Order: sequence, then C-alpha cells, then structure tokens
Amino acid sequence: MTRNLRGILLFGAVALLFVIEGQTVSWNSALGILNVGLISAIVALGVNLQWGYGGLFNIGVVGFFALGGLAPVLISSPPQPEIWAAGGPRLIAAFAVAILATAVAVYAYGRTRGRLRVALILLFLVLGFFGYRALFDPAAGAIEQINSSTAGNIGGLGLPVLLAWPVGAVFAAAAAWAIGKIALGLRSDYLAIATLGIGEIIVAVLKNEDWLARGVKNVIGLPRPVPYEVDLQASPAFVARATGWGLDPVTASSILVKLCYAGLFLAVLLVLVWLAELALKSPWGRMMRGIRDNETAAEAMGKDVTRRHLQLFILGSALCGLAGAMMVTLDGQFTPGTYNPLRFTYVIWLMVIIGGSGNNWGAVLGSLLIWYLWVKVEPWGHDILAFATSGMADGSAFKQHLLDSAAHMRLMTMGVILLLVLRFSPRGLLPEK
Amino acid sequence: MRLQTICCPGGCMDFLNALVTLLNFVLVPATAYGAQLALGALGVTLIYGILRFSNFAHGDTMAFGTAITILFTWWLQSGGIGLGPLPTALLALPVGVLATALLLLATDRVVYRFYRRQRANPVILVIVSMGVMFVMNGLTRFVIGVGEISFTDGERFLVDAKAFRDATGLAEGLSIRMTQALTIVIAVIAVTALFWFLNRTRAGKSMRAFSDNEDLALLSGINPERVVAITWIIAGTLATLAGVLYGLDKSFKVFNYYQLLLPIFAAAIVGGIGNPLGAIAGGFLIAYSEVALTYAFKKVLGYLLPDSLAPDGLVQLLSTDYKLAVSFSILVIVLLFKPTGILKGKTI
Repeated sequence: MTRNLRGILLFGAVALLFVIEGQTVSWNSALGILNVGLISAIVALGVNLQWGYGGLFNIGVVGFFALGGLAPVLISSPPQPEIWAAGGPRLIAAFAVAILATAVAVYAYGRTRGRLRVALILLFLVLGFFGYRALFDPAAGAIEQINSSTAGNIGGLGLPVLLAWPVGAVFAAAAAWAIGKIALGLRSDYLAIATLGIGEIIVAVLKNEDWLARGVKNVIGLPRPVPYEVDLQASPAFVARATGWGLDPVTASSILVKLCYAGLFLAVLLVLVWLAELALKSPWGRMMRGIRDNETAAEAMGKDVTRRHLQLFILGSALCGLAGAMMVTLDGQFTPGTYNPLRFTYVIWLMVIIGGSGNNWGAVLGSLLIWYLWVKVEPWGHDILAFATSGMADGSAFKQHLLDSAAHMRLMTMGVILLLVLRFSPRGLLPEK
Repeated sequence: MRLQTICCPGGCMDFLNALVTLLNFVLVPATAYGAQLALGALGVTLIYGILRFSNFAHGDTMAFGTAITILFTWWLQSGGIGLGPLPTALLALPVGVLATALLLLATDRVVYRFYRRQRANPVILVIVSMGVMFVMNGLTRFVIGVGEISFTDGERFLVDAKAFRDATGLAEGLSIRMTQALTIVIAVIAVTALFWFLNRTRAGKSMRAFSDNEDLALLSGINPERVVAITWIIAGTLATLAGVLYGLDKSFKVFNYYQLLLPIFAAAIVGGIGNPLGAIAGGFLIAYSEVALTYAFKKVLGYLLPDSLAPDGLVQLLSTDYKLAVSFSILVIVLLFKPTGILKGKTI
C-alpha cells in the first residue's frame, strides 16, 4: 500500500467515525468534537515541530496553551478605563522596576568577579523585589477592588477577537524564548523538567492573579468572530431556511455556529500544515532533521545546534499559544481552572506519537482520532462496566465503586494505547518518510 | 539583662517566642517536607543512575503505593487493629511497599525491558515512562478515587502546644505533630539502611559499579537484570515511604502527587542527578526555601522588632500558590550556573 493511499484511507476512517457520531448521536455533538479536535491538531503540529523535527521534549504544553488563552481576554474584552486608571500606571511602573533590577543584575554579572559579584547581584535583586512589591501590591489591590463581582481586572483593548490569535502566539513564543535560553543546550531531560515547571507556573499565575484576568473567577462573554445562536433564531430569514431544510431552528443555529468555527479552524490548520510541509521540504527542514538524527555531525558541519533548537522551540510553542487563543474564542470564556496538564499536555503527546512523530499529517490524524476517543471512551467505559456489573446485586458497594470509576478508564486506556503504539508501532499510524 | 535588652528589645521572652513560632511554622514542617522530598528524589536519582532515564511515573508510583497502604489501613481499622499512639498506616506500610515493588517489577518486565535490550535513546524511555504514568494514575484513581483522603490516626501531637505553653510560660506553644516526628525518624532509618546497602553489601556494590561503568560491570560478571530488579524494588520502597509519609503529614490526593514531580526532580537535579547524597541535600534545600519564602513572617518579626517597627503587612515574600515557583527558580539557577548540581552527579 502506498503512503498516500494509507493516509487517505486512515483520514477516511476517521471521517467515517465523525459521520457515524453525527448520524447516531447528533451533528451538534460530532461538530463539537471536531472543533476541539481541530484545535488540538494545531497544538499537535506545534509539538510535532519540536519533537518530530527537533527531538525536543516539551511537557509544558498546557502552560503555553493557557498563556495563548490570555490573549483574547486582553485584546478583545471591553476596556475598563476607570479600573485601569486606578492601578494601571502603577502596575507598569512595578514591572519597569522589576525589569530594570534584573537588567542591572545581569549587567553586574558581566562586569564584576568573585564575592563582589554575588553581593551586587543579590543587592540589586533584593532591592528590585521590594521596590516591585511596594508598587505592585497596592496597585493590584486597587484594581481588584473595583466591581469585583463582574470585573476587578485591567480589562482589554476591545479589539476584534481574531486579532488575539496571533497575539496569543506571540505571548507563548516570548515565554518559550525565555525558557529555551535557559534549558536548551543542556541534557534533553532538563528541558523536559524546565518546561514542566514553566507550564505549572504559568497556570498558577493565571489562576491567582485576579487583576490580570480575574483568576479562577473566570472571564465570560468574550466576543465571537461568528454570529450568536440567539441572533440567528431571531432572524426570520434564517428560521424560514432552517424549517425549509426540515430542521428545528434552535438545532440549526447551533450547528451553523459550530460549522462557522470549524471552517475558521480548518482554514488556519490547513495553512499551518502547508507552511510546515513547505518548511520540512526546504533546506531548513533537511538541516533540522540532520541535527535531530546526528547532532555531532551537524555541529561538525558548522550548524549552530542550540540556536536551531531555540528556533524550533519558539515556533512550536507559538502554535500552542495560537491554539490556546482559538480555544478561548471557541468557548467564549477564559477559565484558568480547566487547564489540566493531563488533558492539555499528555494527551497532545499521545496524539503526536500515535499519528506518527515527524509527520504533520500524522499529527492532524492523531489529534482527530484521539480526541474522538477521549470524548467517547468515558461513556463506553460506563456502558461496559454497567454490562459487566449487571449480574451483581443492586446497591452493592463494589458495584457502585466500579460504576463510579468509569470516568478513570480514560486515563488507563490512553496510557495503554500509548505504550502499545510505542512498543509495536513506534513510528505511528502515518510514519515519517 | 542589658545584653538581652540590646539583642532583642522586648526582652528574652520575645526572642524565645519568635524562635518557637519559627520552629512551629518553618523549621519543623520544612524538615518533615524535606525528608519526604529527599526520599522521593532518592528514588528518581537511583533509577537515573542505573536505568539512565528520568522516570516521570515516580509521582504516580508514590500515589499508587500510598493508595494500597490506605486501603490496607482501612481494613486494619475496620478490624479494630491499631498501633496505639502511632498511625495504623505504619502497620499497613509493608503491604504498600510489597505491592508497589511488584507493580514496578511487572512494569519493568512488560514495558521497560524491551527498550533496555534495544538500547533505546533515553528520551524514548522518558516518553515510555509518561505512558506508564498514565496507566498508574488511572490505576490509582480506579482503586481509590480522586478525592482528598486523610488517613492518619493515633496520637495527633508529640509535643502539644498547650502543654508546652503551660510548662514554659511562653506565649507561643511549640507543637510537633506525630506525623512530622515520624517522617524524620523513618527517613533517617531508610537513608541509613540505603547507604549501608549501597556501600557494604555485595548487591549494593554491584549497583554502584553498574551505575559507574556499565560495560566494565558486565565484564566483571555482574548480572544486569538482577541489578535492575534490585533498583526497582528499592525505588518502589522509597516511593511508597515518601508517599505515605507525605500523605500522613498532609493528605492524600492523586493530583497532588503528580504535582510533587517538579520539586522532586528539582531536588534530584539540584543535588546532582544520580548522586544519592545530592538528592538528600537537594530535598532539604528545596523544602526550606519553599517554606521560608512562602511563610508570612509578620508574627516572628512582631516579637523581634520593637513595637514602633512592627510590620503592617504579612511580610510574606511569595503567596503559597506559587510554591512551585520556588523549586523551579532554584532549578533554573542551578541549571544556569552549575548544570551538574551542587554535589557532582551522574553516578551513584
């Protein structure tokens, strides 16, 4: 079987799964799974860029994804001039102090030696920290006090939400630059640990800094790039057309909205895959694979391995940030409490590995398939357990425990799938050429 | 008398009160936490030294061992068996250790051995350990659920705050919880036994030789499968100990054990990965920094400083929500300036 045929067949099979879901459950549910699957595919492309092209092990995906999700809040939520006036300038001053102190400490590091160096760096950092806190604490407190039940954060710029997507990518890229500068060039596991840490810390910051995006109080009602269901249902033309197709207007409106999102996401995804494929076939892509397969040889050829790795790491993380912004746009709300590493880091890894590391189409295929399974395994697990326990006496504690545990079947299934693929088909469903 | 008034303006009582407060909220909890981290980091570092990969499933190994111990503790409690002042979990601990060791040996046989024979790239093993983490996490959730479980019983305090206040007449009472004392005692015993094993026994020496130079060790007739099996058993024991002690001291929740992964790895790397002494030093360094930086020093300073200078705020450098940032920052500083760790790592 040729490679292309295999790809077409596998994509066809996944498409069939979605059609079956649409026919047997509802098209709303099928499109809902598809939309999140498409977003996951963009994250998976980013991880594939890092792991498949560069062999970089990033397990802080959730952090970059969450950071990207911050962009729609800051870009497109309505401006809050009076709240900003209460503490905004002081916040900027606080950050300026922090950056200045760090810059001076770095400068001192380069210019001095020995004990003087340690003393000076500590002095600048400690002074900077207290200066920062002296400015920051009252400013953040003032911001959080205003309208704390509905706002209490610095608000946004009120710009179109689509603009937030590239901004999300830039946010994530900036974080990736900082962490890459520190951890790249060291052992590969160190990057893994460092990204694990930065991922957790970004999520902790988003959960706790209420002045920024309300923390766990969530930001809701973010603007949308597509029409609202209620507006569609209110439009006589739409209702007439929906009834003409034999659909109930409520279902039709929600399907139409989901289709609009799917179209947007698919367009972004296809452009990204096209760009990634182009890059892979260019001299740059060959250099990247050369570095991955033999770093020493690549270095001997005069390639700057650490710099190239940094480039890949930033690009890949930017894709995670972009997808994060898209996810928040799809949900219409920013909920930092939902950024769970299992869901947004490890499942993405599963998608990349099962799809076939190093193959962009594989990452897309893996994402759609695994996301579908992730959603469906829980009800299946519940059905299987209900069937298996049907012989037991009702109300027995053991039966109840088994039924309650169905939700945890997901993790185990995903783990077993990952181990089986790694063992028996390590190159994935669509292997790299 | 004059000297006292100079060294602490409120007199010596205030100084002692400050000291007791500091002991209560910083030194004692951080020592217990440091011992728990050190036990966890020892497991990570041993696996790294012998099997040469970073085991991401270690946090969930700890959770699994703790879950089994809790189940057995409940069974003992339902039978009315206890240890008097000590927590019943101690009696259940051997069962947890045994189950964890068996699980790890089975995992090695089914999963890791294949890659070891292939001499796979360490980063592949890291991804494999991620898959194992998924399975173990699911297993633990399946066995015991995701809720928060407190399973400590017996005497709550070794040194009770009220009794201490009455005995000394100080305003602040020193309290040392039984679980904290127990953590330290068990950690000392476990570490002593581990070092005795590594330095004095034939099996321990063969482990060190294997970690130092695999080829040379094979040449001298050391059986690699045996070394690997012993490593998993020790790692399982240490993980269960660390997990149960942490759970007794705080509480058990599967997700919290996953989150322990960062401080544990930070401890192992900061101390020099592959170096057991380093893992212990790293564990305490991380624990003390974490607790000291997130503790609100208002009360301590209130005792030490004259009233006019007493602080208004909490004097808390970092909110406790950011305690992960502390281990992360220490890790970053060490990676930047001394990537091999404080004590030179890479072999045991």
